[in-house]
Amino acid sequence: MPDATKPVNPDEIQEFRVGTDFFRILCWVAAAAAVATLAWIIAEIVQSSWPAMQKFGFDFLTSSSWQPNRDRFGVAPFIIGTVVSSFVAILLACPLGIAIAIFLSEDFLPLPARQTVRFVVEMLAAIPSVVYGLWGIFVVIPIIQVFGTWAAEHWGNIPLFAGPAYGNSMLTASVVLAIMILPTITSISRSALVAVPKTLREGAYALGATRWEAILGVILPSAAPGVVAGTILGLGRAMGETMAVAMLIGNSSRLTWSLLSPAGTLAGLLANQFGEAEGLQISSLMYAALILVVLTLCVNMAGEWVLRYFQKKTAGIR
Amino acid sequence: MTTTLQKGILAFSVFAMATAAQAEVSLSGAGASFPAPLYQRWSVEYNKLHPDVQVNYQSVGSGAGVKNFGQGVVDFAASDAAMSDEEIAKVAKGVVMIPATAGSIVLAYNLPGVTELKLSRDNYVNIFLGKLTKWNDPVIAKDNPGVKLPNLPINVAYRSDGSGTTFVFTKHLSAISKIWDDEVGSDKSVTFPVGVGGKGNEGVTALIKQSPGTIGYVEYGYAHGNGLASASLQNKSGAFVAPTAESGAATLASVELPDNLRIWPTDPAGAGDYPIATFTWLLLYKSYDDAAKLKALKDFVTYGLTDGQKFSAELGYIPLPAAVVEKGKAALATIK
Repeated sequence: MPDATKPVNPDEIQEFRVGTDFFRILCWVAAAAAVATLAWIIAEIVQSSWPAMQKFGFDFLTSSSWQPNRDRFGVAPFIIGTVVSSFVAILLACPLGIAIAIFLSEDFLPLPARQTVRFVVEMLAAIPSVVYGLWGIFVVIPIIQVFGTWAAEHWGNIPLFAGPAYGNSMLTASVVLAIMILPTITSISRSALVAVPKTLREGAYALGATRWEAILGVILPSAAPGVVAGTILGLGRAMGETMAVAMLIGNSSRLTWSLLSPAGTLAGLLANQFGEAEGLQISSLMYAALILVVLTLCVNMAGEWVLRYFQKKTAGIR
Repeated sequence: MTTTLQKGILAFSVFAMATAAQAEVSLSGAGASFPAPLYQRWSVEYNKLHPDVQVNYQSVGSGAGVKNFGQGVVDFAASDAAMSDEEIAKVAKGVVMIPATAGSIVLAYNLPGVTELKLSRDNYVNIFLGKLTKWNDPVIAKDNPGVKLPNLPINVAYRSDGSGTTFVFTKHLSAISKIWDDEVGSDKSVTFPVGVGGKGNEGVTALIKQSPGTIGYVEYGYAHGNGLASASLQNKSGAFVAPTAESGAATLASVELPDNLRIWPTDPAGAGDYPIATFTWLLLYKSYDDAAKLKALKDFVTYGLTDGQKFSAELGYIPLPAAVVEKGKAALATIK
């Protein structure tokens, strides 16, 4: 703590400024390094995937045959698998996550109880994904198998539930993914709900709104940007999730409509085949990695856009 | 407190110096995961006899092992698929392939109440092609008189990761079925027409254990260790042979090794031969610059080929036939 009564020594100021300059340079370097790393990763992926790009071009995205022994590579089933598994996961996790967030941001329960629930939900994010995979194998798969057999019997004429029902399936992977992204959606939505100005809630009550009218009509809409951001971050996580999905989805490259059939994702494909890949298979896997990067970048960009759009729209009530 | 700490540090540095002084030669190897438990056991046992030699074997997969070997970052590699002639051509120092151990691949199944199952050549090909879909199909029942086969759909489990196990299994199917060869082919990873993929032997084992009606291919040692029932398969001579250490050894004994020691008994003919068995290879350079390393490596591999074979049975591998050991030793002698 500098003594305010003492006259300041100009040398000390100089010394202090050198310190800030150094810190500024450090910040610049750190920021530049982050950007350079991303650029480097993408450049490296593009470079290694070049032979596959030249050979397959755009067909790589639309072809559905992945046969390493015949040097035929196409990732359509894996792109579809990635997109479908993450969307089903979002479909399951979103209502649940938002409901938990509302519950935690209101005073339905005394604070300590809410804190406990919040802590437990956030702890879900701390579980390593391989543990989710194992848990999925031993707990979720038997349940899904029973459900799947029943569903295939009763709703079998709906393509989504066409039999035969497998334990390792799109549905199993999606259910576990939904649990994995629940904490992301919940915690970001909760912060957004808590940040809604008290005056808005009081205003709603003053106009005679009930609690549910206030939540659904005023608080939730003004917290929408945060809720959307949480959902999109969850989607990003679901798309990139590797280990748990590779253990549960059944890793098949056959295309079916049924959620009860095995499927595959891009991340799972990479995890499964990279170790023993050779030649054109390596560059095809790199090409698949590039598609995964582009997909997640698109999701994040879409998220950013939606976030800004909502923020502009709700700016008036803040 | 301080003295304890000082003593500790002193003891540690003495220990470290001692280790450093003793471990004069360290050999590093990388490759196939299938023989890894055996190689690691050799490494431990050999180190007890020769404390001055440390052998590190990393099971990174055959493909990655061959890659590292080509880059020259390891002293030796190991592969279930040996090395192709193109791969060998890329290694400037030259390559010597030595069969180091062997194993068989079993079709493990989960059928409640069925402890013995016989599958004919056509049947197991058709199961993996997806053409046979019910366990109580008459063509399966025909080979299994007295066995009550359940009315369950056949669920196929395969390896989703690239693996030497898949390589050997699909090579066998391609050898016995033209349709398989045309439609699917053989490699470390292929696109199976039906079924669910599990990651690693443990993934396939979990798939089999979990759902009744599932059949999948795993290494003999793995199926044995996990108490999975495995099917007797019909070999070329028409006999149904159960996977045991003896039937695997019979398969290997009938193999005639070529000069480069690379061969797969894709369809053994002997009456007692189990149809799917394979060697797995150690890959060495033809010449080494470091004389101490060369001596240690030769001695270690010799140990593995002779005394080391006695650990095979307990770990679920097939001991090498004497003729193969002799050929391996002869190949080892050519390394300079």
